[in-house]
Amino acid sequence: MNDMIRVDEKGFYGKFGGAYIPEMLHPNIEELRDNYEQIMASEAFQKEFRSLLKDYVGRPTPLYLASRLSEKYGAKIYLKREDLCHTGAHKVNNTVGQIIMAKMLGKKRIIAETGAGQHGVATATVCALMGMDCTVYMGALDIQRQRPNVERMKILGAKVVPATSGSQTLKDATNEAMRQWINNPVDTHYIIGSVVGPHPYPEMVARFQSVISEEMKWQLLEKEGRENPDLVIACVGGGSNAAGAFYHYYNSPEVRLIAAEAAGLGVSSGKSAATTALGTPGILHGSKTLLMQTEDGQVVEPHSISAGLDYPGIGPVHAHLFDIGRGEFVAVEDEDAMKAGIELSRLEGIIPAIETAHALHALNMIEYQKDAVIVINLSGRGDKDLDTYIKWGGY
Amino acid sequence: MNRIDQLFQKKKERVLSIYFTAGFPKLEDTLPIMESIEAAGADIIEIGVPYSDPIADGPTIQDSNMIALNNGMSLKKLFEQLQDMRKTVSIPVVLMGYLNPIIQYGMENFCKKCQELGIDGLILPDLPMQQYLDEYKELFNQYGLRNTFLISPQTSEKRIREIDEHSNGFIYMVSAHSITGARTGISEEQIAYFQRVQSMGLKNPRLIGFGISDAGTFYKASLYGNGAIIGSAFIKKIKESKDLKADILAYIRSVIS
Repeated sequence: MNDMIRVDEKGFYGKFGGAYIPEMLHPNIEELRDNYEQIMASEAFQKEFRSLLKDYVGRPTPLYLASRLSEKYGAKIYLKREDLCHTGAHKVNNTVGQIIMAKMLGKKRIIAETGAGQHGVATATVCALMGMDCTVYMGALDIQRQRPNVERMKILGAKVVPATSGSQTLKDATNEAMRQWINNPVDTHYIIGSVVGPHPYPEMVARFQSVISEEMKWQLLEKEGRENPDLVIACVGGGSNAAGAFYHYYNSPEVRLIAAEAAGLGVSSGKSAATTALGTPGILHGSKTLLMQTEDGQVVEPHSISAGLDYPGIGPVHAHLFDIGRGEFVAVEDEDAMKAGIELSRLEGIIPAIETAHALHALNMIEYQKDAVIVINLSGRGDKDLDTYIKWGGY
Repeated sequence: MNRIDQLFQKKKERVLSIYFTAGFPKLEDTLPIMESIEAAGADIIEIGVPYSDPIADGPTIQDSNMIALNNGMSLKKLFEQLQDMRKTVSIPVVLMGYLNPIIQYGMENFCKKCQELGIDGLILPDLPMQQYLDEYKELFNQYGLRNTFLISPQTSEKRIREIDEHSNGFIYMVSAHSITGARTGISEEQIAYFQRVQSMGLKNPRLIGFGISDAGTFYKASLYGNGAIIGSAFIKKIKESKDLKADILAYIRSVIS
């Protein structure tokens, strides 16, 4: 299964991936690499993981036929309601998996990076659940624009540490988390929030998130009499919700996989985060991937109105999907994403996260047959983005 | 013969390597700083190639990287500055940098250029041993570049032996669980680690880095290795300096006295 998109034994998806890490982290990465598959396959892990996903996260999440949206776009559009997960986004699928992993590896302390704060909240949540010490690194700029999530993390007992270098966003928070892991390698597990980082993180996170497409298959079978939709659409920053929504469809070429990146103020505006449009192969945060960078190999500061997509790289698996043409990538501008967010609110009574709104706008950018069955991964809810919606004001 | 090999043939103890970031504090300071380091009596010069995302470095070196980049430093610019360095600098010169800028330059072109300029070795903290063996070892050898790997207190004995087998030049012993510039002084626990590695009888010389800042820590580190590396402490000195040459001479002489 997943032959085309399978990670190889050295941690690569085609040309992308690997584990480009300082030697100081080698023991941690090696420990994880040598154990994660076995732990994930164990009955003890599966029992706890499945039970928490069901009773704590609230899975399975509904697959909802959005009638008014469908009518408008002339397709049969289903929304995979990850926004209904505990904590308000798909991120918790991964943190539940990783906290059990950390516990089974005997770790005592958790660190994490966060952009929009969704992964930080999801990490702080599972740390509270397991009684583990939790420190979250967050860009100083993101701390300002995602205030409610910062307070949520604090209420949950986590320590939030600002990353003040560079653009003070997700990239810098990730740098800081890696530095702090180097400083405290023993007993500490780093819960990476997306399908990025050194092998085995991208594959491990994708597998935790793959519950999304696992459910989509049987839910579609119930509703449509077939497991496969014609299209799956998801937004991509690092790409964890997309990896989860695509995972069980990688090897079904009849299912089109649409990834919506953040174009910011426009792909060629210099204020963008559209990695596949602007990136070239490079190394960031431990893996070889597509990366927005200067000719000299310095990482370019990205821009997106959504903190969760404000990242200059992309998970290596998505770089590979792009490279081999298995994924179709579109770049959605800030303004269009905001409008798509309002549209969903008005048509379906669901205020989406601004990240997710990028995936919704993709409907306007691609061709599909009338009455095509489309699943959009509704990765998160918009509560955390109220400030941004209010500031934007176009409603 | 490679200058690093030559150095360790002659000198087996109290070898001092000084790290600084190219293009810091000012863009054109690179070569004058190298000349002052040599004049002061240090044994190896480590030039840091600035990078936007230095994940193994603490605030001091991050800051110097950012300033150097803002000054306009790039790998291309650095090579221009080093064009004639062998007219005035005779001690070993090592480039330390993250992989991404080098890959964008092109690894083979980079190695070729290093050889042409008289650079002796490389320290690439985010190049793992396996990738080195798979992709770059032959290239480094072809262009006469020594490759230094890092080890830390967490590195297992088995791994240290593998690293020793595949290293040449010297091994960089990171003195603690730490990024650069995070520690000062040397603890009992660190000494136990130094002694453990010392007793392994490795083929490569060992330089101890991270936490070395003055004559006391340099002396102590030299008891357990062939010498030591100073980075963040040197960056702090030159950041404040009004007279680079005089301050570099005074500082390095105070360390080796």
